[in-house]
Amino acid sequence: MADYQQVDYDVLVIGAGGAGLRAAIEASASGVSVGLVCKSLLGKAHTVMAEGGIAAALANVDARDNWKVHFADTMRGGQYVNNWRMAQLHAQEAPARVRELEAWGAVFDRTGDGRILQRNFGGHKYPRLAHVGDRTGLELIRTLQDHGVHRGIGVHMERTVIRLLLDSGRISGALAYDRERGRWTVFAAKAVVLATGGIGKAYKITSNSWEYTGDGHTLAYDAGAELIDMEFVQFHPTGMVWPPSVQGILVTEGVRGEGGVLRNARGERFMFGDIPDNYKPSTAENEEEGFLYVLGEKHHGKDSRRPPELLTRDHVARCIVREVREGRGSPHGGVFLELQTFAEWFGKRSAKFDAEQHWKKKLPSMYHQFKELGGLDITKQAMEVGPTTHYVMGGVRVDSDTQMSRIPGLFACGECAAGINGANRLGGNSLSDLLVLGKRAGEFAAKFATENARPGAIHSDQVESATRLALVPFERSGNEGPFQVQHDLQDLMQDLVGIVRKEDEMQRALDGLQQLRAREAKVRVTGNREYNPGWHTAMDLHNLLTVSEAITRAAILRKESRGAHFREDFPKKDTAKFGKVNTVIARGPDGSMQIRLEPIPPVPQELKEAIMAEGGGQLPEELR
Amino acid sequence: MAEAKFRIWRTDEKGGGGFEEYSTEVTEGMVVLDAVHQIQAESAPDLACRWNCKAGKCGSCSAEVNGMPKLMCMTRMSDLPLDEPVTVEPMQTFPVIKDLVTDVSWNYEQKKRVKPFAPRKPDADDGTWRMAQADVDRVQEFRKCIECYLCQDVCHVLRDHHKHDEFIGPRFLIHVAALEMHPLDTGDRVPELKREHGIGYCNITKCCTKVCPEHITITDNGIIPLKERVVDEFYDPVKRLIQLVLRKRS
Repeated sequence: MADYQQVDYDVLVIGAGGAGLRAAIEASASGVSVGLVCKSLLGKAHTVMAEGGIAAALANVDARDNWKVHFADTMRGGQYVNNWRMAQLHAQEAPARVRELEAWGAVFDRTGDGRILQRNFGGHKYPRLAHVGDRTGLELIRTLQDHGVHRGIGVHMERTVIRLLLDSGRISGALAYDRERGRWTVFAAKAVVLATGGIGKAYKITSNSWEYTGDGHTLAYDAGAELIDMEFVQFHPTGMVWPPSVQGILVTEGVRGEGGVLRNARGERFMFGDIPDNYKPSTAENEEEGFLYVLGEKHHGKDSRRPPELLTRDHVARCIVREVREGRGSPHGGVFLELQTFAEWFGKRSAKFDAEQHWKKKLPSMYHQFKELGGLDITKQAMEVGPTTHYVMGGVRVDSDTQMSRIPGLFACGECAAGINGANRLGGNSLSDLLVLGKRAGEFAAKFATENARPGAIHSDQVESATRLALVPFERSGNEGPFQVQHDLQDLMQDLVGIVRKEDEMQRALDGLQQLRAREAKVRVTGNREYNPGWHTAMDLHNLLTVSEAITRAAILRKESRGAHFREDFPKKDTAKFGKVNTVIARGPDGSMQIRLEPIPPVPQELKEAIMAEGGGQLPEELR
Repeated sequence: MAEAKFRIWRTDEKGGGGFEEYSTEVTEGMVVLDAVHQIQAESAPDLACRWNCKAGKCGSCSAEVNGMPKLMCMTRMSDLPLDEPVTVEPMQTFPVIKDLVTDVSWNYEQKKRVKPFAPRKPDADDGTWRMAQADVDRVQEFRKCIECYLCQDVCHVLRDHHKHDEFIGPRFLIHVAALEMHPLDTGDRVPELKREHGIGYCNITKCCTKVCPEHITITDNGIIPLKERVVDEFYDPVKRLIQLVLRKRS
């Protein structure tokens, strides 16, 4: 019998990034007991890496902004396969969530009249991102953390959940190990909120840290919940490409939002050469107009339009891949991103402009990052950037209003849940998503726990089988190491299910994943259970393999190109077949992964009108 | 570049430990954390080290490199002399869990001891507040803190004199400063600074400022102004005289 400690809560939140913290705060505010499990130390989750800002239609910088425009932008970015109800709630509630952060002590950058400043970002019609320089995520997580520590939430740091526990189909708790000693803890809970973040570590080049191994996705899937939209993986167009040790680390979209220009090895500003038709009316016609947009000034008496560098992330990423593939890349396989053109242009208008001070104020952590990791001064030199795996739009299928999955008592929010972003997420919508839907998840989890006051039973056979499986690698012989399997998986996904996808390559990926499964079953771990990274990696492999298979199967099924999902063999949208459906994945009775298409419920008239108002009176084909 | 030698602290089963030698290939742009990971993958799979973002933003990989408190992810191999072994050891101010990983839970307890943010009532027409950028610049500087605890590690009050029960350390003095200087905050944390948080122990050697990876001017911009507030409150001769007189009368 496995030796474990048991801790009881009304609501257990797994994951302590922005979504998990916000959920925990909300649940605790309604009076139930709340436990919060962090894979790392509190306050270190990937939310700290978010740079650009929180999207919310506060209308502080442009009074024309409102929730309907934000909603329409989000739907267009997601190519209309979003869960429209989530997109609506998100746009409506984001301003209140941002103001609430200010009331909890967050200190956003200010407008001239002392309100929260908002900046431009890709896909957002108006300046919409509340921000703190380029360290908004840190501000958000620290504000929630500092607010949360005074609320009596039980925080369990450096613990990883490896199994959800069920009682007659309802959630009853979770099993975790601690890094320090490798001991088991059973968290018994009436409701569980998953907020574990993303899957970036399934790829070789990623902006995500070691934690992002698809834990919540896999825990939910293994427990019987559904995953949707797994084919949609966002490759952020600008990650560092040099030096090799920092490959993949994010270069915020804020660089482009503040006037950064992309150039190929020939010095051409290639983004002007490839603007999709549906974005032509909203894109600048020349350099001057784009820079005026950055400053929020008019162009020939009319509102200036955005520079092409601020087109959606999927499009910019593919343009960069094309430049590199066609031999116009930078020395280390990326393209150049530079601030000098804007600085020169601005310097001509204003003699007082001090480029160095300007960029240090606007992009302090980018300045820092390149200076210290790349030995490069971004105020004077061009950066080298290329796409990096950044975010997964797909995740646990949950109810739009309550965030509950199809398993009673199991909730999910933040990156590990799906729906709001559709085929592609707009920058800035992640921080607002985790505040709005994190709050909802916490609220409804607490409600569920209150209404279902009798806790589910903890079944020792579930605990026993999970612990036994976790410890097997210590008993094996042979020389299959966990790190090597992980590296090979990352190479496979990077090469075969990356930014540009093809049927035959993805079929090969499925075969490869099967072989990796077989290798996973032979992985051997040495040492003991105390803070043993080899063992932790071995346990993460199951999750990485599960989400990789889900991504691949969904990407094979969607035989069209939409948002972040690009098929070289089907380079166009096929709206008739795929424009009104989501891919849905669940475990079949025989344990194999089953996938199907499911129609999206029709969009109500009021929301259709909001979309039409932003689309020149036209309704997109997906919604007709 | 070439092969570099490392001396890395490894704990043993009995709770003690010692340096073990490793060598690994160093390539361009590599940081100490990369080397540690490489050693982990090549020859020491159970070598424990804590890390996360690998971009100097989360403050997890704090350690001492050649005796200096550093974030391993922001310490470039090319800035270290490689003709002798690079020493990597855990932070000395906190108990070691294993190898390079320390138990920093004491820090989380200190934060709970600081009175939380308490904003004044919203005073703008729309139910929010107005704050000028110039009035929040200083607070924003403090809020850059990534809680790596390198300042706590280097502070002699904690490191050498072990005043963990009486002194909250530079990190949390900065936390207090960020609250005290927040334009909206109405709380008063000055009495606790003196009585419970031990601000008097700081004798402004500025070691914390030197090791801060976020370049926060901890001492000059944070601790000294807080010390001044304590002095104003408790040691102002005029104020004390008035208090004395008032007390006699009552």
